[in-house]
Amino acid sequence: MTPELMAAGAQARAAYEQRSATAGKGGGFGRPLSAGEVVFTQGVALYLQDVTVSFDGFKALNKLSLTIDVGELRCIIGPNGAGKTTMMDCITGKARPDSGKVFFGSNIDLLRLNEPDIAQVGVGRKFQKPTVYEQLSVFENLELNLRNDRSVRAGLFSRLSGEQLDKLGDLLTLIHLKAEAQRTAGLLSHGQKQWLEIGMLLAQEPKLLLLDEPVAGMTDEETERTAELFLTLEGQHSLVVVEHDMKFVDQLTEGRKKVTVLHEGSVLAEGLLSDVQNNQKVVEVYLGR
Amino acid sequence: MIPPRSASGAPPQGGAPSGPAEPGPRLPLGARFWTGVLVAVIVVAVVVPLMNLAVPEGHVLHLSDFYVSLFGKILCYAICALAMDLIWGYTGILSLGHGLFFALGGYAMGMYLMRQIGTDGQYKSHMPDFMVFLDWKEFPWAWALSDSFIAQMALVVLVPGLLAFVFGYFAFRSRIKGVYFSIITQALTFAAMLLFFRNETGFGGNNGFTDFKRILGAPITQNMKVLLFVLSGLTLVGFFLMSRAIVGSKAGRVLQAIRDAETRVMFSGYDPIAYKLAIWTLSAVMCGVAGALYVPQVGIINPSEMSPAAGIEIAIWAAVGGRGTLIGPIIGAFFVNGAKSWFTVAFPEFWLFFLGALFIAVTLFLPQGLLGLYRKLRKRASADQA
Repeated sequence: MTPELMAAGAQARAAYEQRSATAGKGGGFGRPLSAGEVVFTQGVALYLQDVTVSFDGFKALNKLSLTIDVGELRCIIGPNGAGKTTMMDCITGKARPDSGKVFFGSNIDLLRLNEPDIAQVGVGRKFQKPTVYEQLSVFENLELNLRNDRSVRAGLFSRLSGEQLDKLGDLLTLIHLKAEAQRTAGLLSHGQKQWLEIGMLLAQEPKLLLLDEPVAGMTDEETERTAELFLTLEGQHSLVVVEHDMKFVDQLTEGRKKVTVLHEGSVLAEGLLSDVQNNQKVVEVYLGR
Repeated sequence: MIPPRSASGAPPQGGAPSGPAEPGPRLPLGARFWTGVLVAVIVVAVVVPLMNLAVPEGHVLHLSDFYVSLFGKILCYAICALAMDLIWGYTGILSLGHGLFFALGGYAMGMYLMRQIGTDGQYKSHMPDFMVFLDWKEFPWAWALSDSFIAQMALVVLVPGLLAFVFGYFAFRSRIKGVYFSIITQALTFAAMLLFFRNETGFGGNNGFTDFKRILGAPITQNMKVLLFVLSGLTLVGFFLMSRAIVGSKAGRVLQAIRDAETRVMFSGYDPIAYKLAIWTLSAVMCGVAGALYVPQVGIINPSEMSPAAGIEIAIWAAVGGRGTLIGPIIGAFFVNGAKSWFTVAFPEFWLFFLGALFIAVTLFLPQGLLGLYRKLRKRASADQA
């Protein structure tokens, strides 16, 4: 290797990197992936296969299989104890399944990653009980979740750029908390905390959002706004919404999207909300036998 | 890959016009803050030394040697309270083992001071008296570097730092939290105390080290003690400014987020272990430095500094002053230790009762400590004026 050849090679590689960066495409055939980059070329955002979780013999999830497409908004309903939260725990690394597979995109095995890593590859999760940093201001809550370097060193020395401030401003407007930006998050109402947590998720720029009862404790107006927000996210993000509020689910599915019913840790029925609601098995589960 | 969500994706509804967010009021680092820092530096570096050394004895403004050493001692305690605040007040991890880190720093300094005695000890040997007494012919391995000032000063930082790092790594990785972590740190310091009580450990058993004569060849006179006092004061101010910078940075806000909702932090992509480990180790190192400054001023170090009670007292200083504020724990250290030195003279048998009552009162009535009380009163006063 002569120095000239080395230089030419470096140049070619730089040109290629610039080309591939501007091409705006993720990894795929002939395109190398950067570490932790998810592949969506097969159209699947989340893939669960035969996932089983048991606590002291009780099977919280029993051979659960589920596929969420890229850009899909999927509502998951089911009676209490159906395993909805456990399913989210498995996807986000909080619970380890006894068996089964959980894949993000077609290349990332979520069972091999821990919670922070899963969040960093692009899975955001909203908890059932709104969880925000109570002693920090609304602004700081969002700031901490901005997509950036998560290391301690970066935390000590980083400053917000103008671009990031713009983004935070947009987010504050989006979640209707612009006027409350400097308030301590602990002083917000329950519904506002829910919105703040959704805003924190969006700041992370996740590719897949898992939302556990996002409208619990919201007023009707807030619920409606939340549905509108989620509908605008559809397509750009994949969303999994667990909810009991059927009106909200109806609004989200717009009469054409699939709904999944979980029962005793596995899928009981899948289909349009109207079909599912008339399904004999589902009615039995909800009304009791 | 999915393109990032654009602002135009907002639902069609009213609300404030979109625009960049204001970062908002950060910690006020204005003129008042720096004046306070400057006053503190002048007091410890100029006023107190002058009042002790230049003003003649008997003069109203003369500060006796006793008060200088008491003040110096409390400055070291205040460093510990500040370190406790970083880990407890800001990160929500209560350590009852900070007395151990303080004592380890003190022992590292003490070993050097023992070697500086040279052959001036009771037995006129080049070895410390307790080793001669135990009929030891050579220094134990831990004393290998004790002759070198630089090496021992490095150990002041490294020993507490390494111990905290290793202990913290396993504890945080195992997700030991809350009261369990507190109990384990207390067990750790208790175990270390029992170890140091033994003569075979090679650190002077229950008598520890004392009878120091020199530092860097210079005799420990009142001038030297004042110099150590000034060093302690400047170290406290330096640590305070450093803590201020940490707490004001994004990392500081991550620490507070860990305190408020650790699971949220994890699911936001931060690794809490790294943050907790960093602040825990730093906190231990600060205590080690405080111990090293403390030992030559009080002239003794023994295993009682590692007793669980010592660790609890550090937590009390921080709680009394006000957790989650940096100046609060420093005030708390001065208040509690000032009260202690007065009480133990006036009513020696009641001090521990008073300390217990103080802790209960603060827990029940002043969750924000003295600083919280001061702020509440000031708020009320300004509300009355309006």
